[in-house]
Amino acid sequence: MKRTLPIIIAIVVVTVVLMFLGLTAGRSAGTVGIAAGTALPGFSPTASTPEQTLNNFLLDVRRRNWDRAFASIERTKDTLNEQTFIQEWIGSNGGLRSFSSLEGFETRPLHATDSDAQMRVHLHWTTPVGPVQDVRDFTLARRGDNWKVIWDENPKPNVPAQIVPVNYLRWDLVAGNSSDEWGSRNVDAPHVRIVSMNAVDSAEGAVVMGEVVNEDTIPAFVNVNATLLDGSGGTIDDESSFDKILHVLLPKQVTPYRIDFPHLSLSKVKNVRMDIKATLVPASSDPVIGVMNQKIDTDAQGHPSLHGELLNQSGETVNIPHVIASFYDNNGKVVWVSDGYVEKALLPQSTEGFALEIPQSLAGKVQNFHVVVNQYSLQRS
Amino acid sequence: MSWSINIACSDRRRLDWKTGISAVLALVTLTFAQDVSLRPPVGANAGNPSAIGTNGSGSATLYLVSPSVTVKHDIELGQSISLSAKELQTSGRYIAIVCASNCNSVSFFVAPAKPVNLMFLVHPSRAPVAQSDAVSGVALAFDEFHNLVLSPVPVQFQLATKGSSPISHNAETRDGVAWFRSSSGRSAEPLQVTASIGGDVGTRRVVQQVASDPCNLRIKGERTSKGIVVETEPVRDCSGNPVPDGTIVTFTAKNGNGTSSVDAPIKQDVARATILAKGPVVISAASGVAMGNEVRIGGGD
Repeated sequence: MKRTLPIIIAIVVVTVVLMFLGLTAGRSAGTVGIAAGTALPGFSPTASTPEQTLNNFLLDVRRRNWDRAFASIERTKDTLNEQTFIQEWIGSNGGLRSFSSLEGFETRPLHATDSDAQMRVHLHWTTPVGPVQDVRDFTLARRGDNWKVIWDENPKPNVPAQIVPVNYLRWDLVAGNSSDEWGSRNVDAPHVRIVSMNAVDSAEGAVVMGEVVNEDTIPAFVNVNATLLDGSGGTIDDESSFDKILHVLLPKQVTPYRIDFPHLSLSKVKNVRMDIKATLVPASSDPVIGVMNQKIDTDAQGHPSLHGELLNQSGETVNIPHVIASFYDNNGKVVWVSDGYVEKALLPQSTEGFALEIPQSLAGKVQNFHVVVNQYSLQRS
Repeated sequence: MSWSINIACSDRRRLDWKTGISAVLALVTLTFAQDVSLRPPVGANAGNPSAIGTNGSGSATLYLVSPSVTVKHDIELGQSISLSAKELQTSGRYIAIVCASNCNSVSFFVAPAKPVNLMFLVHPSRAPVAQSDAVSGVALAFDEFHNLVLSPVPVQFQLATKGSSPISHNAETRDGVAWFRSSSGRSAEPLQVTASIGGDVGTRRVVQQVASDPCNLRIKGERTSKGIVVETEPVRDCSGNPVPDGTIVTFTAKNGNGTSSVDAPIKQDVARATILAKGPVVISAASGVAMGNEVRIGGGD
């Protein structure tokens, strides 16, 4: 016992010293002006600068220490309570944010004085549809010896109670009986057609893209595959459009598609073989989602992007809206297809913003665009 | 690769593989002996009894190898060998092998019986109206034992829609198959297609004739307190058929600030959408590859 106590005390002292060194040395090793979202669990360094304040705030958000995170903000509107603040970060109504978690962040100062500061944050989310990057600007203000994060987010207005009549067409499938006479109950697959195709090289690799139309009078589940062939007719690679297509196509509906071949250059490709598969599926015309105020602009980082708002014109919540857009040059040729998931659920009769990035090299060529919205609703899955 | 021989004897017992091998050995043996002469049946038809004539005397064994089964009989030489209707149900080439001290064989052909059944396949199940060569059908004639009837059989195809006189097309089977190809009608309604033999054996199929692409897509719109309400006139194809409900019409509104679009389904012949756009706008519509007119709507208040 006499020997054990000094050993325990020594271990505790060494541990505390190492933790202190870890906290201070880690910060000094980072890039000047950029704070990374890492710290030892349970520790938040004292905030004497706006950068540290924001770092602590985001660490609390990441660890879901909602009381501490909420205490470090200054509300501009009394309507914002802790519950709406939490929902802003963890999502609600089965939206993509509900299934996501904040993996990390990077902060950059944009502007700072003794009394206030503006910081830009790159938030890295892990989601079921892959990593999502979010850029957000924060304003901080000095209050006495401390800094506060100014929270001026408008809480979403509640959708008023109402009845929205829905009487759009729905298609069901009735499977034939195996005992039926041969040839008596055949139903052909929907007739779909690739109306345009373009192959380009991008920074990530080769991209095959275009548009597909459902020419039939019934809905179709569509998938497009592309096979790259070399000069001797051998297969280099084959890929499918995966989620970069509106899979359920209603009659006469047009969807963009994009097939990525990472780390491949078109210089090796002699031919591209396209294959489209369509099968019968039950479907519904509802919900109708309008895409309003579409505009090509530059985002906060100076990248060209297509902005707009989705308007849910039906009475059903769209949990995860997925926006896909085709961009045309002045000859009407599809020069790029871009897609993105909207992190918040699209409530009935309400709007939600979206932004799709356009490669800098193509921004000058784009003359027109066509946007479609894919929707995932938990009620239907 | 694997293969097997099914052998049935006269009392309908299935024989084991040893008997199958003995039939094969008999086939090999008959190459070296021609003692017994056999007279094959002439003009044998499926499902009709027939007989094979023999000469000589004494008992022997008959192996009858048909396209579907092999049977074994004990026979007396010098008498004709009766083949029952059941043994001759399958059309095709038969080999009769008679083994006494040596084996002899004779082959003959059993023709299908008269056609009593039509297999009828029509393509497609849905066809847009007013399209040439849009509908095709293939009929195969079979007898009562499911043998494909290879001799020419006259087949009558009849295409009929409600309220119009049917169109007939006569064809004759060739190697058991008859077919037709036809244009679709001008109205969106079920097309009944019938194939018949001699007026009494018939098979019916239905092709849904559906509206073709929208034609003369025209829209109108007005600004309301909730936004711009835009709708199409009743959407019809070039033959005047209403385009089915659920068909998507894309409305696009452009103003100086940006573009708004809605994919709206047709409901009761009309597609309707509400677009949120301020200022003067130009609204256009498209359905599939068909384009509609443009309307200009002023900025309002």
